[in-house]
Amino acid sequence: MIRFENVRKWLGDHWVLEDVSFEIKRGETFFIVGPSGTGKSVTLQHMVRLLTPDAGRVMIDKDCVSTARGRNLERIRTRFGMLFQSGALLEWLTVAENVALPLLELTKMGHEEIDKLVREKLELVGLPDALAKFPAEISGGMRKRAALARAIILKPEIMLYDEPTAGLDPVSARKIDALIADMQVKTGITSVVVTHDLQSALSIGTRIAMLFEGHVVELSTPADFVKSQVAEVREFLDSQYITRRGDWEKNTP
Amino acid sequence: MITREPVYLPPSDTRRAELGRDVLDLVCNCGRALLLLFSAIGCMRFAFQGRSRDRIVEQMFSSGIKSLGVISVVSMFTGMILALQTGIELRKFGQEVNIGAAVMVSLLREMGPFMTALILAASVGSSFAAQMGTMTVSEEIPALELMSIDPVKFLVMPRLIAMAIMTPLLSFYGCILGVIGGGIVGSTQLGVSWVSYIDNAMRFAENKDLYVGLLKAFLFGVIITVVSCHEGFATRQGAVGVGRATRRTVILSFLLILVVGYIVTRLFYI
Ligand SMILES: Nc1ncnc2c1ncn2[C@@H]1O[C@H](COP(=O)(O)OP(=O)(O)OP(=O)(O)O)[C@@H](O)[C@H]1O
Ligand SMILES: [Mg+2]
Repeated sequence: MIRFENVRKWLGDHWVLEDVSFEIKRGETFFIVGPSGTGKSVTLQHMVRLLTPDAGRVMIDKDCVSTARGRNLERIRTRFGMLFQSGALLEWLTVAENVALPLLELTKMGHEEIDKLVREKLELVGLPDALAKFPAEISGGMRKRAALARAIILKPEIMLYDEPTAGLDPVSARKIDALIADMQVKTGITSVVVTHDLQSALSIGTRIAMLFEGHVVELSTPADFVKSQVAEVREFLDSQYITRRGDWEKNTP
Repeated sequence: MITREPVYLPPSDTRRAELGRDVLDLVCNCGRALLLLFSAIGCMRFAFQGRSRDRIVEQMFSSGIKSLGVISVVSMFTGMILALQTGIELRKFGQEVNIGAAVMVSLLREMGPFMTALILAASVGSSFAAQMGTMTVSEEIPALELMSIDPVKFLVMPRLIAMAIMTPLLSFYGCILGVIGGGIVGSTQLGVSWVSYIDNAMRFAENKDLYVGLLKAFLFGVIITVVSCHEGFATRQGAVGVGRATRRTVILSFLLILVVGYIVTRLFYI
């Protein structure tokens, strides 16, 4: 469904992506992991053409998003929902208004219907009583969850998550994992998740790609990922106390 | 598309190359600002839909009505200063009754729109730039675009309409207060009665002065909005970038207000 073909990208003073190729299949929950600053967010941004590759291309099904323009690009983008690393909520609207914004602007739903949907989604992400608060009045983790509610409210085909669980307490983090896994089961949505959190990657991911210095150094299922012999992967696993001993139990929440 | 990728060029090695780049940069920026203006005008067909209308009214209130206080004070004093300065000179010839015309004409033609625009550029323009800039660097603008919500329709168009309406109104209001200020100085300091002051003012001021002044104010309102939104959207590099965008907005708006003010005067009065 999403295919990176030899993507290269220069940003600032170095090649952030040197030669990145992989394919994400429909209905997958695909994880991209890697240390800070290796271009995970940059990779996500290529999928919706917030960045354009210097070489290579990104295909979404049969559309080349890297060369799409105007209406065509808009059409491709409407298939995506994206959770930004910073949340990107509008500061002058309340949480409820933020979540309702796409519905208000892009659909012809009535107010009651919108209200019901907004409550439902906020309930889903565990924020039932932050409706009337402003983004500046809630914590970073809560903001992220509100942004998640906004991103999923239009029921996109593909969801991109930029560190959905960073800055969340472990209990909320596992709830978000459960939500991502649940949506995949119920609606067959394709999810791409960028994270440092190997716990989530290993428990709900169908495949995991490790990005390091502009290359995909490992791409495998969670079970193979923990057994990987690639030095960078080992270091990454060890840093989170995940050992080779015994297969990683797949405990989908 | 509002969101733009950073562009990296190899470092230019000669002075001339650098100059050339600066010129190209300037031309690009002018082009983008004009495109922004045209797409905002294109979005005006949505202006009467419920939510857009609400946003326009909201902007008219927050950028127009909230500036009333400072504009009142500044216009009043401008009128008083004008009356005093010209009055002192005219008194030498026993012509102090003509301060009416001097104050009214200069306020309507030039000072009213000019002062209003400077105040709005410094207060409203800079706040637009800071807001758009902050939204750009905190990924809110890309997020809107990804949700297929057009930032031009959502943010720029309501501001443009609000400013295009409010600047002429505020300018007119400023003129009235300025004339009142002039009258106060005339009656208390220069011994010109209110009746002869107003009579003199009305005799020399033409309708054309009013219209040209309002046209200027309208253009200034458009300039302030387009410059501030363009600078805001072009912001890079976090808080420093927002500061730079705000600063550039105020400077650029001031310059354009002066230049456009001159051109309009030149077109209509010679
Ligand atoms: N707009 C930009 N301009 C210049 N350099 C950039 C830009 N965006 C990203 N970079 C560079 O690209 C590299 C990768 O950034 P990216 O945000 O993708 O990292 P990341 O893997 O998401 O890290 P983190 O886990 O901390 O979010 C960084 O070294 C950064 O300097
Ligand atoms: Mg990142």
